[in-house]
Amino acid sequence: MKLPIYFDYSATTPVDPRVAEKMIECLTMDGNFGNPASRSHLYGWKAEEAVETARRQVADLLNADPREIVWTSGATESDNLAIKGVAHFYQKKGKHIVTSKIEHKAVLDTCRQLEREGFEVTYLDPDKDGIIQPQAIADSLRDDTILVSVMHVNNEIGVINDIAAIGEITRANGVLFHVDAAQSAGKVEIDIAAMKVDLLSLSAHKMYGPKGMGALYVRRKPRVRLEAQMHGGGHERGMRSGTLATHQIVGMGEAAALAKAEMHLEHERITTLRKRFWDGLADMEEIFLNGSEGQRYIGNMNVSFNYVEGESLLMSLKDLAVSSGSACTSASLEPSYVLRALGLSDEMAHSSIRFSIGRFTTENDIDEAVAEIRTAVSKLRELSPLWDMYKDGVDLSKVEWVHH
Amino acid sequence: MAYSEQVIDHYENPRNVGKMNDSDENVGTGMVGAPACGDVMRLQIKVSDEGIIEDAKFKTYGCGSAIASSSLVTEWVKGMSLDEAQDLKNTKIAEELALPPVKIHCSVLAEDAIKAAVADYKEKQTKK
Repeated sequence: MKLPIYFDYSATTPVDPRVAEKMIECLTMDGNFGNPASRSHLYGWKAEEAVETARRQVADLLNADPREIVWTSGATESDNLAIKGVAHFYQKKGKHIVTSKIEHKAVLDTCRQLEREGFEVTYLDPDKDGIIQPQAIADSLRDDTILVSVMHVNNEIGVINDIAAIGEITRANGVLFHVDAAQSAGKVEIDIAAMKVDLLSLSAHKMYGPKGMGALYVRRKPRVRLEAQMHGGGHERGMRSGTLATHQIVGMGEAAALAKAEMHLEHERITTLRKRFWDGLADMEEIFLNGSEGQRYIGNMNVSFNYVEGESLLMSLKDLAVSSGSACTSASLEPSYVLRALGLSDEMAHSSIRFSIGRFTTENDIDEAVAEIRTAVSKLRELSPLWDMYKDGVDLSKVEWVHH
Repeated sequence: MAYSEQVIDHYENPRNVGKMNDSDENVGTGMVGAPACGDVMRLQIKVSDEGIIEDAKFKTYGCGSAIASSSLVTEWVKGMSLDEAQDLKNTKIAEELALPPVKIHCSVLAEDAIKAAVADYKEKQTKK
């Protein structure tokens, strides 16, 4: 067994070997290395063909038209292009944007930048289960609202927002709707034809494709316009210039095709693993699943172990590759902003660990993890004065702490 | 984050974990920090009639560095007089454990904990 065991599929996934094989074919002199924009020779034509095949594969995953897929360098760029692109193009119509407090930083920071440019942004609170209620979206819309941006599956807690319901509201009000689907694509079904989503961000490395690769879905009917953020040779119908990285694109296409073909089987398998994990921990005292239990992606388990501090727990779980909060913020000592937005106390947020499982997780991995978690938590609770107090029936919220 | 060998040693084999009877008049208890900040230390000392710390125990909720800092302090204060214990400086703890800058507050907390325990013991003696 390879140690530490990988339990961080929400941070990134390994490239599926079948995907890697296709990518390797697009690199060297004897492979498909041409510039897809070269119109004058066979190398260019072959590369273009591979890129268009991949575009169809990604479109198929969403039930979209291939002409609606724009290649980018990843979900962060897709989010930037969607939000800034819409804001800059439609600013004469209005300067108000609606999003939520638990979006990925790629959305939140983009919105902050637009605020500096004079836009107004409403950041909605999730409910206690971590869901952005469609009604809250409806209530936040104004005459000058041009865009709503809400994520499909949350990266930290895995809850699933009701994208279809939100799309009904935005479309009825003539507001564009962007969805960050980096965590959901390939894992949760997305039927863009049935959902009134206008823009949707995708990432290849969250679905067993390569890093540095993503896509933005841009609806054709009704047409969505964007102001380009990257200027140059006019690639991707002027929306995103830059030479297309054939091997990366082919990788994303293959990853999307595999995800579509195997989604149901994989869902079943991961459901079984998740149950095994949860059954293994179920009898422990004072452990809590963060976020909605029913409305979530099954591969994500964000768990608070009360009276145990998260960082020391991470240190104890040294044979497990897990994260506390999101990987992007784990360098700081602040508790997760997502968990705080759910209304979790600081200490419960400090006590949380995200376990995420995926395609290559085995039953054996789960059993090892359960055993290691149980040992670590009981060791740290033995060390914890808070656990002592809890056992003695002290109400910790009534203690006067010596703040530091 | 990479931890020093000393931190890992104290974290994996913490010294003097436990709880003393708080109502014993020879025992001084210091509890510092807050759950919301991610660290709480409880440090207890048992003092002989001659004013020497005979035994020390701790329990800590916090990161590995916080656990190591309190474990180290319980080792150090055993055999010290109350004055010596009160003079213990966080910089010495931080140096011994090779704490990185973001973890210096853990050593400060350990210094505060021993000071609080000594103060608690002294207060008990004046009330006698």
